[in-house]
Amino acid sequence: MYDKGKIIAGIIIFLILITFPIWYLTAHSQASHVPQLQTPTIGNECIESTDYMMDNHMKLLDEWRTMVVREGIHTYTASDGKEWDISITGTCLSCHNKAEFCDQCHNYEGVTPNCWSCHFAGY
Amino acid sequence: MDVDRRGFIKIAGIAIVGLLAAKPIFDIFSRTEAQKNVVEAEAPTQTKWGMAIKIENCKDGCTECIDACNTIHNVPNIPDPKHEIKWIWDKPYEDVFPEQNGQFIADKLKGLPVLILCNHCDKPPCTKVCPTGATWKREDGIVMMDYHRCIGCRYCMAGCPFGARSFNWVDPRPYIKEINPDFPTRTKGVVEKCNFCEERLAKGLIPACVEACTEKALVFGNLDDPNSDIRKLLATNYSIRRKSELGTEPKVYYVV
Repeated sequence: MYDKGKIIAGIIIFLILITFPIWYLTAHSQASHVPQLQTPTIGNECIESTDYMMDNHMKLLDEWRTMVVREGIHTYTASDGKEWDISITGTCLSCHNKAEFCDQCHNYEGVTPNCWSCHFAGY
Repeated sequence: MDVDRRGFIKIAGIAIVGLLAAKPIFDIFSRTEAQKNVVEAEAPTQTKWGMAIKIENCKDGCTECIDACNTIHNVPNIPDPKHEIKWIWDKPYEDVFPEQNGQFIADKLKGLPVLILCNHCDKPPCTKVCPTGATWKREDGIVMMDYHRCIGCRYCMAGCPFGARSFNWVDPRPYIKEINPDFPTRTKGVVEKCNFCEERLAKGLIPACVEACTEKALVFGNLDDPNSDIRKLLATNYSIRRKSELGTEPKVYYVV
């Protein structure tokens, strides 16, 4: 092909630029910004383990919504048997502060859950 | 088309079998059937909540029940009457019961303020017309709202013959004097109405309006229990319902 050298050189430069996130982070071993979650220091346990909540909190809230509104069940039995009142403002926000906890990851990810237009998050 | 007699009989037989099988197949997909399976209230299934209002017990200018409901349910107070939200409110007797006699009304009833709220009808037209299933009748009789699923089409408002439902034309939060954190507010674009305090009933409490009334004008109870206060009241007093000729079977009785 014509201009073989220039084309191959250009492709290699492009590949280096496009994989910038991969080799830059490998070299630095940490993202430039990590969300700082202020978990409560009250000492209470969360309703489930941290790993479970990190993976499943959206699904849990979805199930809570169905349980309360459509099935009329207001109590949640956690995997350790403890019973909790199903209420995002009453249970979750009694320990977590929305701005210091929920928003930290949500803002970083660019996610806007629309719960807060109705569910009260504090004055 | 060249069909011989044998072919015609075959086609006719298949058509008849198809027509007979169509109804059961449609029933499987029918929405009303499906809704019954989805709902399972916490309260025992033999409960059928109803309310009786003793309209002569109401004091002049008293709004205790209205204030109690509005406070705990974050009902906004919007000054523009086109945008107002009301869960329980009052109107003069002649407007609440227009189908009753119009010319010679008893003096004690003339212009008397009568409480109105969602009647939680047994045959609610609002739930039939909701396109998303955002409102439905629970097994314990309460006509429930799911604000998450409401798309704000207001078909339920058109269906309700009592005008019991309100639409959030604007964001209600600025109009709520003090938000009660134990109950969510609603957002712009959904329809809301009295919910018979289902969140209080789940905890074994009576509705806020019933509790707040110092004149004991509101009686709430299980219409299926012949020994309940409400049944005893209805057995010993003449009562009427709003627009009962429409056949929606309202569950709010007015003892006149």
